[in-house]
Amino acid sequence: MSETTAPASPVLSVRNLHKRYEDQHVLRGVGFDIHKGQVKAVLGPSGSGKSTMLRLMALLEPADDGEILLHGKRIGVREGGARGGAAVALPERELAKERRNIGMVFQKFNLFPHLSACRNVMLGLTSVKGVPHKDAEEQAMAMLARVGLSHRSGHFPSELSGGQQQRVAIARALVMNPDVLLFDEPTSALDPELVGEVLDVMESLAQDGMTMIVVTHEVRFARRVADEVTLFDGGVIVEQAAPDDFFDNPQHERTRKFLSHVH
Amino acid sequence: MEFDVGIFLAQLVNPSYLSGAFLSVAVAVLSLVLATVIGFVVALGRTSRSRIGQGAAGLYTWFFRAIPALLVLLIIWNALPQLFPVLRQEWFSPFIAAFIGLGVVEAAFMAEIIRSALLSVDEGQALAGRALGMSPAKVMLKVILPQAIRIALPPTGNEFIGLVKFSSLASVISLQELLTTAQVGVNITFRYAEYYAAAIVYYLIIVSLLTLVQSQVEKKFVWTSRKKPRKLPAQEPAGQGVFS
Repeated sequence: MSETTAPASPVLSVRNLHKRYEDQHVLRGVGFDIHKGQVKAVLGPSGSGKSTMLRLMALLEPADDGEILLHGKRIGVREGGARGGAAVALPERELAKERRNIGMVFQKFNLFPHLSACRNVMLGLTSVKGVPHKDAEEQAMAMLARVGLSHRSGHFPSELSGGQQQRVAIARALVMNPDVLLFDEPTSALDPELVGEVLDVMESLAQDGMTMIVVTHEVRFARRVADEVTLFDGGVIVEQAAPDDFFDNPQHERTRKFLSHVH
Repeated sequence: MEFDVGIFLAQLVNPSYLSGAFLSVAVAVLSLVLATVIGFVVALGRTSRSRIGQGAAGLYTWFFRAIPALLVLLIIWNALPQLFPVLRQEWFSPFIAAFIGLGVVEAAFMAEIIRSALLSVDEGQALAGRALGMSPAKVMLKVILPQAIRIALPPTGNEFIGLVKFSSLASVISLQELLTTAQVGVNITFRYAEYYAAAIVYYLIIVSLLTLVQSQVEKKFVWTSRKKPRKLPAQEPAGQGVFS
């Protein structure tokens, strides 16, 4: 699915990421790279910092320490002023511009309830990229077709099943043509029988070469689709390996213990 | 029983009632617009992270919820021109004084309605808008406001009806609104029942119309495709009409 041997510069890199909430140290120095077309599955118990990491990477929250690099360029901050001091977080308006290149799919879909499926997908194009209405509509319809929802384009989120809502949300992120797509437990809020349709869409994206980081509890999906599987625990990366190694021959006791619970 | 139906009917079609009713509604509409604008700013202040914003907004709400609207009207009409000569000029009419006075008072109440409406929109909504790369203003305009408006509509309708009635306070600054019109008639003829009854009819008509308008507006904020199931999405009302 991907040329993991290609030494090209990573699409997204994270270096020594730290995040604290009051007295809780949620991320304690996380670092990894993801290359173009790679799919990285992130597993771990709840509260291990996986979702926080995604939010930092999506620039939705500032990191307390560490760096996020997109195509080798640091994002989310402006290098320190004339005195060469520490980098300072960009103001929200500047962050907004950098966020365009990073797509995010949320656990609870977060579709806009006042807009039809098509309008949900269009909004980023029209209000962020300034794409003309008609153009945006065409692109949105094409994207809805890609997630198999052309026939639901005029429906509002309240009229769609959870699985359909999540597919619209994926189309909404995808239509912005991001460099990398982040999934925050995309199937955790779904009824079991609706999980498959969302995973199928994600798998087809992976096959099309989309760069993806997927925080998930779907172990089978991770094994089948991911190029690399990561275990998070206590705010650090415990193990990071190709799926076969990760599941069949884990190096760390913590991974073995985790896998024994989810298998 | 001394109710003279003839007098009552004559007053019902009396143009001065009509113009009084018109003034009452006009004052109410304009002060609601003013109150919504100020109230929105105050609500943003109260929900902001800035201490100064919170403080200023809190002070506004505290002050204008405490002062009777009647006193505010008297201050604007009598005291302010004493302090600011510009207000002694011809343009400063009772009508302007009334809608500004009622507007600034009402703003304190609208701010609370708007604030709770803004807070009731799910946090994930702003998050999704931001993740798409929308600027803070776009997130507010395209994502938060359309949803907050739906929540704010019913209580705002209440406030509006209240304002129509509050406009009668403007009689103290000699605005010829609906109730003043009735009172003037009574003072001349002493036909209390007939003149007040005519006023009742007018108030009932006004509030009925308002209720009708409100339910029509609320229908625009029902987010389903049920009415036009197979329409092109581009033609979906989608609750956007207010902004586009």
